[in-house]
Amino acid sequence: MAGPMKMRATLGSGHTDVRVLMTHPMTTAQSNQPLHFIQNITVKQNGKAVVEAQISQAISRNPVFTFRIKGGAKGDKIEVSWLDNKGETSSIEAAVA
Amino acid sequence: MNRLRRTVLGALAAWLATPLAALAAWNESAFGAKTPQDALKGIGAANPAPSKEIVIDAPQIAENGAVVPIEISSNIPGTSSLAVVLEKNPFPLAAKFDFMEGAAPFVKLNVKMAETADVRVVATAGGRHYSATREIKVTIGGCGG
Repeated sequence: MAGPMKMRATLGSGHTDVRVLMTHPMTTAQSNQPLHFIQNITVKQNGKAVVEAQISQAISRNPVFTFRIKGGAKGDKIEVSWLDNKGETSSIEAAVA
Repeated sequence: MNRLRRTVLGALAAWLATPLAALAAWNESAFGAKTPQDALKGIGAANPAPSKEIVIDAPQIAENGAVVPIEISSNIPGTSSLAVVLEKNPFPLAAKFDFMEGAAPFVKLNVKMAETADVRVVATAGGRHYSATREIKVTIGGCGG
């Protein structure tokens, strides 16, 4: 079952790292379960898309990604959302710390 | 009259919006490709030039093919996208990341690998395509999950 997400956006030297965890089975065509995987991920900084990803069933179960934003400031609003092949979707929002 | 106009315009707007949304959705032909060559063709990067400016950080040996951590980045100026191709997986294209203004061409991700294989990362910069590979040995395959 698709479930909650977790995210942390941390200011480094000259960049912001966005680490995000998605709860998702990511089942493959090789398994005996129905094909169910995330296809699209969008990362937004203060409402503006900065990364658009398309992914396949080859991404591990409960996907964890780290994205990197140039610069960034404390309090910037980061939003990550995903959409899977069954039309299910989820998103999470956090401020850069 | 106004209501009719609104209905007609609304229908027209919906019709116009559909192909755009479909275009942004998911590259079915590239992700459905069964060979690395077809996957590269699918993303429009058939013959990428080798580059040492693409960095692939991954374990030499992955004990568990179900979770292979890979860190990728590109030092090629103007890199606008990075794609990950797992050369011996049943569907080689694992992911494609498009970076807009404000994002660094850097991603850490976990992938499933069927067996020991080369991981190819393709970077696109200024309309040109570059690639680098790195072999990862897999002890137990991870595509049954």
